[in-house]
Amino acid sequence: MAVELHGITKRFPGVVANKDIELSVRRGTVHAIVGENGAGKSTLMKILYGVQQPDEGTIAVNGQQLTLKSPTDAIKAGIGMVFQHFMLADNLTVRENVVLGAEKLHGIGDAASAEIRRISDAYGLDVEPDDLVADLGVGARQRIEILKVLYRGAKILILDEPTAVLVPQEVTELFNNLRELKAEGLTVMFISHKLDEVLSVADDITVIRRGTTVAEVDPKTVNARQLAELMVGSALPSPQTEESTVTDRPVLTIQGVDLAGGAGRRKVLDGIDLTIHAGEIVGIAGVEGNGQAELVEVIMGMREPTSGQVFLEGTDISDWQVREIREAGVGYIPEDRHRHGLLLESPLWENRILGHQTQAPNVKGQLIDAKSAKADTERIVKDYDVRTPSIHVTAGSLSGGNQQKLIIGREMSHAPKVLVAAHPTRGVDVGAQSSIWDLIKTARRNGLAVLLISADLEELVGLSDTIRVILRGKLSGAFDPDTVTREELGSAMTGAAGAASAAGAGTTRHTDSTSDGGTP
Amino acid sequence: MKRLDPRKLALGAAAPLVAILVSLLLTSVILLAAGDPVGAVWAQFFKAPLPRQIIAIVNEATVLYLSAIAVAIGFKMNLFNIGVDGQYRVASFAAAVFAGQHWLPGWLNIIVSLIVAILSGAIWAGIAGFLKVGRGVSEVISTIMLNYIATYLVAYLLKGAAVKVEGSNATSTAIIKEDSRVPGISLDGIIATPNKLYGLIVLAILVGFLYWFVLSKTRFGFDLRATGRSETAAVASGVKVKRMVLLSMVISGGAAGLVGMPLLFGQDYAYGDTVQSGLGFAGIAVALLGRNHPVGIAFAALLWGYLNQLSNGLQIGAGVSDRLVLIIQGIIVLSVVIAYELSRRAGLRLEQNRVAAELAAQRAKQQPKEVAA
Repeated sequence: MAVELHGITKRFPGVVANKDIELSVRRGTVHAIVGENGAGKSTLMKILYGVQQPDEGTIAVNGQQLTLKSPTDAIKAGIGMVFQHFMLADNLTVRENVVLGAEKLHGIGDAASAEIRRISDAYGLDVEPDDLVADLGVGARQRIEILKVLYRGAKILILDEPTAVLVPQEVTELFNNLRELKAEGLTVMFISHKLDEVLSVADDITVIRRGTTVAEVDPKTVNARQLAELMVGSALPSPQTEESTVTDRPVLTIQGVDLAGGAGRRKVLDGIDLTIHAGEIVGIAGVEGNGQAELVEVIMGMREPTSGQVFLEGTDISDWQVREIREAGVGYIPEDRHRHGLLLESPLWENRILGHQTQAPNVKGQLIDAKSAKADTERIVKDYDVRTPSIHVTAGSLSGGNQQKLIIGREMSHAPKVLVAAHPTRGVDVGAQSSIWDLIKTARRNGLAVLLISADLEELVGLSDTIRVILRGKLSGAFDPDTVTREELGSAMTGAAGAASAAGAGTTRHTDSTSDGGTP
Repeated sequence: MKRLDPRKLALGAAAPLVAILVSLLLTSVILLAAGDPVGAVWAQFFKAPLPRQIIAIVNEATVLYLSAIAVAIGFKMNLFNIGVDGQYRVASFAAAVFAGQHWLPGWLNIIVSLIVAILSGAIWAGIAGFLKVGRGVSEVISTIMLNYIATYLVAYLLKGAAVKVEGSNATSTAIIKEDSRVPGISLDGIIATPNKLYGLIVLAILVGFLYWFVLSKTRFGFDLRATGRSETAAVASGVKVKRMVLLSMVISGGAAGLVGMPLLFGQDYAYGDTVQSGLGFAGIAVALLGRNHPVGIAFAALLWGYLNQLSNGLQIGAGVSDRLVLIIQGIIVLSVVIAYELSRRAGLRLEQNRVAAELAAQRAKQQPKEVAA
């Protein structure tokens, strides 16, 4: 066994902790760890990488019991971690990035370059030491991160949601790389919640639910549906749309919106046309980084479109400021609530004011009406089931799901006409997830026009009245969520012409792709 | 959970006290290393101040308070206005020139001169604000540069504006006449000294009150604090950050403009080449120690004044240079920055644990039906 974890328990304020984790990883395999967002996968991996220490339980690597106090200990034990967010300096070369912090191993010169080439050839990573990182695409950057870990002598690799940032061709390449690593006797631990991918690449799968390991399964004997049920618990709480409440009254209309990219780049948004009616949820599917964030920023007024217009109930709001747009009745659930939705070090009642600094009950004239704001925060906490001991604690001390419920409560408290919800259930626990879905459905029933952006197809299909797919800044035609298949959505997300072969489960899906490492 | 967590409050008060103790300890080590009499030095510092010294301490604190508030306005926005020093000198000069003309009678002259000072400080700081918003120049760099420019600009203008005083080599602006001076506040009967407090201590208190009121009670203050806490969240909430940067820089400069006013109208009555400099830098230290809180800054300013005044007797009393006070103050600032960061993190952790514990207790009280699978 390369890695054995027994009875790992981690108590951790605010988020799902780990409880009695049992995990055995065979040497020379790809072992997937699946679980929903917030199930405790990342905490577990941080424990294994020495970032956090377990309160109870034992860790054994190659049969030897260890205490990992820091990542340095983990690296010494041959464990390397490839984080979801790359940690590379753009203005340095590949070699400089790789040797940074590991100068003692092979120096910083030719010896290091030779070692990088050796590793690259051995595992088919296709990394050239003298390339400038700034010139490389996402897939290549990820391979550099893997190489960095191997360069430091890792025999056990942890990959945290490695496919989240990749386009499908790059995913295929990554999986080929992983197979080569495996063939060379290395062990890969692969964290994901994308089941099709897991089934295609893993040798063993461990399922984590609510912080504890619930099953170990053989990918040959389960299908995605069964795996999903294991992840979520007995009954899969798939969001179900009720009878249609869609009206023919357009509330938010986007016409021919373009947003220019940087100099020499393609447009980030390209001729976006979109209408959302009262009582309608329009879902936007797409691989991350295809313009979803920018579309939201244009609607919210954080960016002005290069051309085209945005209309709110017939009024052109394209050149309005954020505050005017929010006052006009556009509620906003941001993709990254920590950066855009909350003041983490401010109390809940001040966070209730945020984004609505000009509106009752938060203010009277130019003055903050703390008393009313606090009273209203109490109401939100009660009505939206925000689990908190008090409205005076800082937002940062709540769990993700409760933070999100506070945000939704706040946004719904100003009678919005439009709700822009970007990844509303990302990083929240299952219980909060279904109540957030309920809240969005209630909004729809109350005649709001909802724009739902999500990476979770289940969520999109379950909630939306119409699904559009965004790819390289362009919107596809409308899909009917009742009839569309995952394969159809998948091929629209990847832009593959032959719809049948491009997306969906199975290992065969990209065997026809001969593109060699080219990034768009 | 109560609003004011006593443990958090204790943590907040502990930080500056620890910082002061650490600085006493380290200074003692330095004194020992230099072979100076540790006991005699501390005996000098821990003497009860004389009545005239008390007045001097409060007067010095008044000026430092204004300076620290100016700095704190920037800090609340995550702006580092190092240029208070230049801003108050430009403003003092402008106000002194204006007041010396006596275009207006008595109190009116004083009030309009104060406005001149606010405007000049605001414009001088506004240059840095404009450079940051329009050109992306760091305010740290530009305000330091503007300090130098202010020094030489004022020296140059002073030559032109100076009035020759019979029998003196000092150059200074025209002396403000009796009717446009702010009378001191006598504490006769409370403490035995003929010395008086600056009349403009009232102005400092007013500025402190406005600072508290605007920041914690108004929409503008909310936007400003939100921007300081998280610029990205502020943008998403509809704050125009560029406008806020420019405005807070201007307001900070306006407050800085008032720093020299108690001196001008209560003591010097003119702006000359002997005018006190460095108040802006001391203000940074005082704002840090006072944690940008209007009351905290008042205590910090008094401490600074106390240390400065009691260091005067060091040379005679202990045979140690009075420059020692700079070492003490320097160490206080360093330890305070570290102590605050540590107590901030400890406070956040404390609260997270508390929230988790109270939620767990709440859940336990309800029926324990949900047991993890």
